[in-house]
Amino acid sequence: MRLGGLIQVGRAVGWRSVHNYFTNPAILLPGLLFPLFFFTAFAGGLSRVGSIPGFEYGSNYTAFVYGFVLLQASAFGGVFTGFSIARDFESGFARRLLLAAPRHGGIVAGYWVAAVARAVTTIVVITAVALITGMTVVGGGLDLLGLYTLALLVNLGAMLFGSGVAMRLRTMQAAPAMQVPVFLLLFLAPVWLPYELLTGWVHAAASLNPVTRFLETERSFLAGDPTQVLLAFAVAIGLALVALLWARGGLRSAERAA
Amino acid sequence: MKSDLVLQVGTLARRSVLRTLRQPAMVVPALFFPLLLLAVNSGGLQNATKIPGFPAPRYLDFVLAVCFVQGGLFAANSAGTNVASDVETGFLNRLSLTPLRRTALLVGQLAGVLALGAIQATTFLVVGLIAGASIQSGVAGAFVIAALALLISLGFGSIGAFVALRTGSGEAVQGIFPLMFAALFLSSMALPRNLIQQDWFRTVATWNPVSYILEGIRSLVITGWDGKALAYGFGSAAAIAVVALVAASSALRTQMART
Repeated sequence: MRLGGLIQVGRAVGWRSVHNYFTNPAILLPGLLFPLFFFTAFAGGLSRVGSIPGFEYGSNYTAFVYGFVLLQASAFGGVFTGFSIARDFESGFARRLLLAAPRHGGIVAGYWVAAVARAVTTIVVITAVALITGMTVVGGGLDLLGLYTLALLVNLGAMLFGSGVAMRLRTMQAAPAMQVPVFLLLFLAPVWLPYELLTGWVHAAASLNPVTRFLETERSFLAGDPTQVLLAFAVAIGLALVALLWARGGLRSAERAA
Repeated sequence: MKSDLVLQVGTLARRSVLRTLRQPAMVVPALFFPLLLLAVNSGGLQNATKIPGFPAPRYLDFVLAVCFVQGGLFAANSAGTNVASDVETGFLNRLSLTPLRRTALLVGQLAGVLALGAIQATTFLVVGLIAGASIQSGVAGAFVIAALALLISLGFGSIGAFVALRTGSGEAVQGIFPLMFAALFLSSMALPRNLIQQDWFRTVATWNPVSYILEGIRSLVITGWDGKALAYGFGSAAAIAVVALVAASSALRTQMART
C-alpha cells in the first residue's frame, strides 16, 4: 500500500512535469540550448587548444568537450527541475499537492522523473550533434554504460539539491541559490584543458572540486581508458545521499508550511 | 515643446534607473556571471597563449573584452523584463492616455540599461586591472572601452525592449536570452578568428558582428590604438543599436495603437 501510494504519486507528478516540459518552449528551450551552445562554441571555436604542448587525451577535442557538456546537461536537468518545483509552490499547486498526496516521497520521485527526461532529451540532442560534427568515441559498450550511469547520478544529485532549496524557500527568487553553486562547481573544473594544464587559482580550485573527478572519469570512458571509476562513483553516490537528506529536510519544511 | 520632451525623458529615465538599480536580481547576475567567466577563462585557458600566433602573453588580456559583451546581454534581459512588466501590468496602457511622446518613452525606458551598463563597464575595467590586465591604449583607451560598452548595452537593451513590446511577455524576453548567448558563443570570444581551426566556425564568426565588437575592445587592451578594429567595433555596435532602436520604436507604435 505504502509503496503503491509512492508509485502512484510519483507517476502523477512525473507525468505532469514531463508534460509541462515538453509542451512549454520557455521551459524546454533554455535547458536544451545552453549546453548545445557551450558544445558548439567550445568544440568548434577552441579545437586548436587540443594541439598545445602537454594536451594528452585518448580521443579528439570534440569528445573532450562532450564529456563536460554531458555533465552540464545532467546537472542543469536537475537544477532546472528545482525551478519547476519553486514555480509550483509560487502558483499554489505544490501546497495542494502536499495536502492531497498520500506519500510525499513520491512527489520528489516524480520530479526526478522530470529531471531525467530533461537530461536525457538534452543528452540525445547533444550526442547527435557531437557525432555529426566528428566526435570519436574510443570506449566500448561498458564504458558508455558507465558514462551515462555516472551522468544520471549527477542528475539525481543536482535535482535533490535543487528540490531541497526550492522546498525550503518556495519561490522563484531562489533560482540563483540553486543555479549558482552548480554553475560554480561545473566551471571550476578542467572544462577546456586537462587538469594538468590549468594554472593559478583555477588549478587549486579544481583539485578540491568533486566535479573534476566526475569529468576526468567521464572523459576516460569516452577515450576507452577508464580511470578512477570506483572513486568517481563513490563520490557521486555520496553526494547524492547528502543531497537526499537535504531534499528530505526541504520536504519536511514544506510540509510544516502547507 | 522641447522642455516638455526633456521633462518626459527625465522623469521616465529616473524611474527606469531607480527601478533597475533597486532590483538586486538584475544587477548582481549582470556583474557576477561575466566576472565569473573572466576568472575561470583567464586561469583555465592561460595555456592557450602557447598556440603559435596567439596575440597576447596573458589570456586575461585577451578575454577581458568578453565581459563587456556578456554584460550587454544582461542589459537586453533587464530592459526587456522591465518593459514587458510595464505591458503586463497595464502601465503602458495608462501612459498612452497621457500626451507622452513615444521617443520619450523609449529613451526613458532604456536609461536604466545605460546606468547598468556604466556600472558594469566601470566594474569590469577595475576588476580587470586589479587582476593584472594591462590596457595598452592607456586611460583614454579605458574611456573608449566604456563608451563602446554603453553602445553595446544600448543596442542589446533595445533588442530586449523590442521583443517585450512586440510580445508583451516577460517569458518571451527570457526566451531570447539563449539566442543572444549564441551570438556571443559563435564569435571570436575564445580564440582570434585566424586561429579558429574549424572552417564553418571561422566563417560564422567572420559574419557575426559580435566578433568585431570584441575585436574592437580587444585592440584597445592588447594592441593600443587600431583605427580599423575600432571602426569595425563601433560600426557593428552602432548598426545593432540603430536597427534595434528602429524596430523597438515601431513595436512601441503598434503597442500604443492597440491600447
